Amino acid sequence: MNRASLIFALLLAVLLPLSLLTGRVWIDPFASDGPANAALILGELRLPRAVLAVVIGAGLGAAGAAMQGYLRNPLADPGLFGIAPMAALGAVASFWLGAAWALPLAALAGAGLGMALLALIAGRTAGDAAGGAGGGIALFTLAGLMLASLAGALTALAITLAPNPFALSEIVMWLNGALTDRSWREVMIAAPLVLAGIAVLALAARSLDALTLGEEAARSMGVEPGRLLALLVVGVGLTVGAGVAVAGIIGFVGLVVPHLVRPLTDRLPSSLIGPSALAGACLVLAADSAVRILPFVTELRLGIALSLIGAPFFLHLLVKMRRGRV
Amino acid sequence: MLAAEHLTLERGGARVLTSLTAALAPGTITAIVGPNGAGKSSLLLGLAGLLAPAAGQVTLEGQDLAAMPPRMRAQALGYLPQTPDIAWDVAVENLVALGRLPWRDRGTQAIDAAIAALDLHALRQRPVSRLSGGERARVLLARVLAGEPRWILADEPLAALDLAHQLALIAHLKACAAAGQGVVVVLHDLAHAMNHADRVLVLERGALVADGPPDHALSPKVIAEVWGVKTRWLGEPGARALQAG
Repeated sequence: MNRASLIFALLLAVLLPLSLLTGRVWIDPFASDGPANAALILGELRLPRAVLAVVIGAGLGAAGAAMQGYLRNPLADPGLFGIAPMAALGAVASFWLGAAWALPLAALAGAGLGMALLALIAGRTAGDAAGGAGGGIALFTLAGLMLASLAGALTALAITLAPNPFALSEIVMWLNGALTDRSWREVMIAAPLVLAGIAVLALAARSLDALTLGEEAARSMGVEPGRLLALLVVGVGLTVGAGVAVAGIIGFVGLVVPHLVRPLTDRLPSSLIGPSALAGACLVLAADSAVRILPFVTELRLGIALSLIGAPFFLHLLVKMRRGRV
Repeated sequence: MLAAEHLTLERGGARVLTSLTAALAPGTITAIVGPNGAGKSSLLLGLAGLLAPAAGQVTLEGQDLAAMPPRMRAQALGYLPQTPDIAWDVAVENLVALGRLPWRDRGTQAIDAAIAALDLHALRQRPVSRLSGGERARVLLARVLAGEPRWILADEPLAALDLAHQLALIAHLKACAAAGQGVVVVLHDLAHAMNHADRVLVLERGALVADGPPDHALSPKVIAEVWGVKTRWLGEPGARALQAG
């Protein structure tokens, strides 16, 4: 375990109990006469919600670190592969068809379809790279962005053509991402997929290190571009797809987290994936605890809160890059 | 022996090398020269097994490179791309350690040896963003050496280096050849090829037009035919300079 993992693991160990005690009803762990339903609040509401925040944050953090390593770019984000918008499209389709109960399944189907399309495109671009046409990774990323645009357009179409105002409001609310009222059911759906996704990304770690010197140097060190791409698509697909399936779209975590972690590591992608998973868990858990206690009439959506933090951070990053400090 | 047999290469659908045959011996320095667009870098990629042949094959000790598992190929052939852009600001030591990736071991001894060979002790912990061009070139070569390859294939390793650093890097490559490693370099400077290579391959528009010891392959006649420039060699063997006109 490297230094960054230790720091974020300790932070998570502090944040997790705090998150359980925080909310509209504050639970005092030392009081003998807490709220009558404290056990219920903890066991059925806050614990699954906190575990889900940890799971989703870990997936987004690890996916972000892997994507930045793969694209050799600190501004890369798991959203670039278009898997999150495809999962969202699947979810929106379930609202539209009046089958909201099947939402996680539909979202996972959307993510799976996105992964399959990416694999199809990858088959062609990897062939080009091996043939020396070059630009394999860049071409593939553009394809991912196209997929994201297409899924975004279809989602917008679904919203415009929503069958009734109730479906419309459900879709819009859901797209903003939140962990409100999530239960152990969502944890059971997301946790295995996200854990599997992180494991797959970890398998790609050393190949991502080789990419530090560019595609050709990486291939000369024995990296197989097709295998690496497959690991990335499956890893990002599982972590991001599972997250969207149970919580909607939560942006910026994958972009921001690797930057918080990088200065604490040797900066190679392989030493970033594990700590970024822990840091992502910390960020989503902290943000979700914060939205619960903000004094708004209705709870601020987690996705909105994280974008509010993420967008200025992104700007800060751009300015710092212009000064050559990233 | 690293050998190209009737090697034909294509990039982006265009033919860049046509039916080239050459067998290179370890323990020597082979220079690949030619005008811009002659196919030098493509030939180097082909010899490194990084560009699949459109026809013909490249063999290492008689074994077809295209059929060799990528890791085994990577252990045998170290490829140094032309001034790569380094994505992350890692420390010199960690960058050199990347050379061990094909072996999947820590390879501490090999890393220490590569750092010592290129005199990088004082820079071990320095981030690559704070290296000069010459230091960077040494670090990148050290990364290749750390993989202990039997062959070193370098694409214009002297480009962007000043004279002192060019000579220092050539001395390192010569030491590698003297130690039994095969060295293949793409060069632009014909005088370097003349003075330091054991063998020179001259390419023009994807074809091998001269091949042999530098005196023979880089004769004024060949230079006039390939580069269209009238020249003559001045000085003693091993310290020649090219004069135009």
